[in-house]
Amino acid sequence: MAVTGLGLVTSVGQGQADTWAALTAGRSGIRTIGRFATDGLRTRIAGTVDCLDTDPLVAPALSQRFAEVAAEEAVSQSGIGAKGDFPGALFIAVPPVEMEWPQRHALAVASGQAGPITYTDLQRAAASRRFDEWHDLFIFGTVADRIADRFGTRGSPISLSTACSSGATAIQLGVEAIRRGETAAALCIGTDGSVNPESLIRFSLLSALSTQNDTPSAASKPFSKNRDGFVMGEGAAALVLEDAEAARARGAKILGYVLGCGEKGDGFHRTRSSPDGAPIIAAIRAALDDAGTMPGAIDTINAHGTSTPENDKMEAMGCMAVFGERMRDLPISSNKSMIGHTLTAAGAIEAVVSLLTIQHGRIPPTINYALPDPAIPLDVVATTRDMAVSRVLSNSFGFGGQNTCLVLAGEPA
Amino acid sequence: MSGPARREVVVTGIGLVSCAGEGIDAHLAALGTGRPARTDTATFAPYTVHPVAPLALDGQIPKKSDQRQMEPWQRLGVYAAGLALDSAGVKDDSAFKGALHLVVACGGGERDTAVDGAILTGLRDAPDPGAYLNERLLNDLRPTLFLAQLSNLLAGNIAIVHGVTGASRTFMGEEPCGVDALRIAAARIASGQVEAMLVGGSYSAERPDVMVVHELGGYLRRADHSPVFSRSGEGESGFILGSAAAFLVLEAEEAAAARGATALARLSSVASDRPRRAPGSVGASLSALWREAGVTRPDAVISGATGVATITAEEGAALSELAPGAPVTALGDVSGHSLEVTGPFGTALATALVARAQAREVAVTVVGHRRGEGVIRVSAA
Repeated sequence: MAVTGLGLVTSVGQGQADTWAALTAGRSGIRTIGRFATDGLRTRIAGTVDCLDTDPLVAPALSQRFAEVAAEEAVSQSGIGAKGDFPGALFIAVPPVEMEWPQRHALAVASGQAGPITYTDLQRAAASRRFDEWHDLFIFGTVADRIADRFGTRGSPISLSTACSSGATAIQLGVEAIRRGETAAALCIGTDGSVNPESLIRFSLLSALSTQNDTPSAASKPFSKNRDGFVMGEGAAALVLEDAEAARARGAKILGYVLGCGEKGDGFHRTRSSPDGAPIIAAIRAALDDAGTMPGAIDTINAHGTSTPENDKMEAMGCMAVFGERMRDLPISSNKSMIGHTLTAAGAIEAVVSLLTIQHGRIPPTINYALPDPAIPLDVVATTRDMAVSRVLSNSFGFGGQNTCLVLAGEPA
Repeated sequence: MSGPARREVVVTGIGLVSCAGEGIDAHLAALGTGRPARTDTATFAPYTVHPVAPLALDGQIPKKSDQRQMEPWQRLGVYAAGLALDSAGVKDDSAFKGALHLVVACGGGERDTAVDGAILTGLRDAPDPGAYLNERLLNDLRPTLFLAQLSNLLAGNIAIVHGVTGASRTFMGEEPCGVDALRIAAARIASGQVEAMLVGGSYSAERPDVMVVHELGGYLRRADHSPVFSRSGEGESGFILGSAAAFLVLEAEEAAAARGATALARLSSVASDRPRRAPGSVGASLSALWREAGVTRPDAVISGATGVATITAEEGAALSELAPGAPVTALGDVSGHSLEVTGPFGTALATALVARAQAREVAVTVVGHRRGEGVIRVSAA
C-alpha cells in the first residue's frame, strides 16, 4: 500500500515544508484564542489555524477549507489523475456538524420574538427562506460532497468519525478498499476546524483541557509529570494511497507505505480506557500483525500523547506491554506538544508526520518535556533527534472506546 | 466487485424499532397499511412527526445509569442493536460479541432545547454577548450531554451496554451513509477481512432542533401525512420525520452455518453512487445501480423516497420501468423519514419479508434528499 501524496495544514504551518520546518524546530502553534471572546473560560488557548478563514466562520466551513488545502497539496504531489478527476474513492474524517451560536442567534433575531425564545421561533425564521443556504452548511454530508466535487473522486464519499482516532480510520478504510480491489487509489483526509466556544466548553466541562493559559506554548506537555489536559488544535492532513504496483506502473514517486492497520473496541467506559489497557494493547498488536512486523522492527512511536493524565498513562502502559523492556529506549514523541490535539484530524496529521520522519531521518520533539513523569519511564524525544527510521507505529485513541493504530514504513514489507 | 474469492453474506439477525412498534411481526404488519401507525401533528406543529412506539427500555438496556447517560437517539439505537443480537442468537455469546465489528450510520444527538432557548433569550439584550454565552454554556450545559451528542458515542454505548467490542466505525452524512455502512460492512465480510458485522443506525425525530435544519431549504413537509409518492403539487413536497432505528447482524454464510445460525436472508448486493444532481440524474443513477446490484424481477420494492419534489417523482418513474408490477412500499408510509437509518431499515424489512417467505427477492432503494443514491438487493438464503 503505497503513499504517493501528502498534504498538511496545522497551526504551525501550511504545507508539508513549513509544517515540517516548524515541528523540527520545536515551534509551538498554541496561542491565546483570538477568534472569539474567551471571558470567563477556564481554557483560553488553542492551536487554531489562523492563516485560513471562511465566511461564516463555522466548523464545517473551516474543516472543508483545511481539507481542500491539504488535499490540493497531496493530489498535486502524487500527480495522479487529472485536475478535478481523482481516479479513486474519498474517505474523510470530519467533526460532527451542528448549527452554531451565531446562526441560532441570527434566526432568533429574525423571528421577531420579543418574549422568551424557543425553537418554534427559530423554525419560523427558517421558514422565511432567507437562510436556506444554511441547510447544506449544517448537515453532515456536505464537506465530503464538496471535496468530492472539487477533486472528482469516484463513488459515494465516506464521512466518518471514530472520535479522536478518526484520521487513522480514514486511512484504514482507504487501505481496506484498495486491498479488496474496489479502487486502485484513495484520497484519505482528516480535518478539524472546531475551535469554537461550545466545542471548547464541552471538553472543558469534562475536565479534559489544560488550563495553563499564561504561557500557551508550554501548556501541552505530553508524558510530563505536571501535564494537566490537552489543548485543542485545528488542521488537516491528506494522503493519496495507491496500490503499490499501480503506482510504480504509472511511474509515481512512492513516498512511503502503510504497512498495517489495527483497531480494537473498548466497552469499559464512555471516556476512559479499560484499566488493564487490553484494548490498546490489542490495537497495537493488530497493527503490527497486519503489517507482518515484529515489535523489534519499530524504530519510533508517534504517540497519541494528548497530555491528559489518563491517556499518557494508559498509552505508556499499552506500549510497555507490547514492547517490554525496550520501551525504555524506544524513542516516542507526541506532535500534540506543538500543534495541540487536532481531534478528528489527529490520526491523519500524525500519519503524515510519521512518513516525513522516515523521509528525513529526524524525529520531531515532544516540547515541554521538562519534568518527566517517573511513573512512565519512556524515551521521550525532548529535542529533535536525527536517526535512521524505517518503521513508525502511530497511535490514535478516542472517546467511545476507539483505538486505531497504523504502521508506516519507508519500504514495503 | 473484483478481487479474490468473494464470500456470500447473510443476515442472521435484525432489530427494528419505529412508530410501528418493535420487531419483525409489528413491522411486517405495518408494511401494507399505507400509513404510519403513529402520527403526531400537534406537538411540533406545524410539522408532523411519527413518534416511536413506547419501549420497555429495561429489556435491552438493563442499567438505569446507562439509560441516563444517553439521549433518546442513542437509547433507540442501543435498543434496536440489542434486538438484532437477540435475533441472531448471540446476545449471551460474549466471545462472538467481543469479536463483532460495528458500523453505525448516524448524525448527532439532541440539544438541550430549554438551555438553548434561555441562552438565546438572554443573548438578545446581553451587553457583552461573547462573555454572556461563555458564562451560560459553562453553567448550564450538563457535562455529560456532550457524550450524548457525539456521533460515535452511539457505537460507544453499544459497546458498553452489549459488549460489542470488535471495533466500531461511525459513518455520517444523511441518507447515503446508511447505504455505505451496509456496502462496506458486506464488502469486508465478502472479502474475508472480517467474519461478522453489526450494522445499522438510529434517528430520533422528536426534537425541534432538527426541524430547524430541515425547514432551512424547505425539505420538511408542513402538513399531515399523505402517501409519499403522491406528494406533488403546491405545498405537498417534503418529508415527515420518523423516529426509527434498525440494526442487522451480517455474517459470512459459512461462518453462520458453522455456528448453527439461521440465515434469514442473503444480502446479495449493495450499490451506491453520488453523481452530481441534475434533472434526470436520480433516475439514471438508480437505473445504473439497479443493474450493478443485479436486481432482475423483485417480488417487492421498498423505497426510502423522501417525498421531496422532483426527485421522488423521478424515482417513481424509474421504478415503474425497472420493476413493473412489483409492489412498491415507501418507508415514509410505514415509519416516516429517518435519514441515515433509511438504508438499514429498508434492508431489515426486506430481510423480514424474505425470512417469512413473503418474497424471494426484494430491492431497496435510497435516494438522499440532497445527494446519493443506493440500491440494495436482498434475496432468499
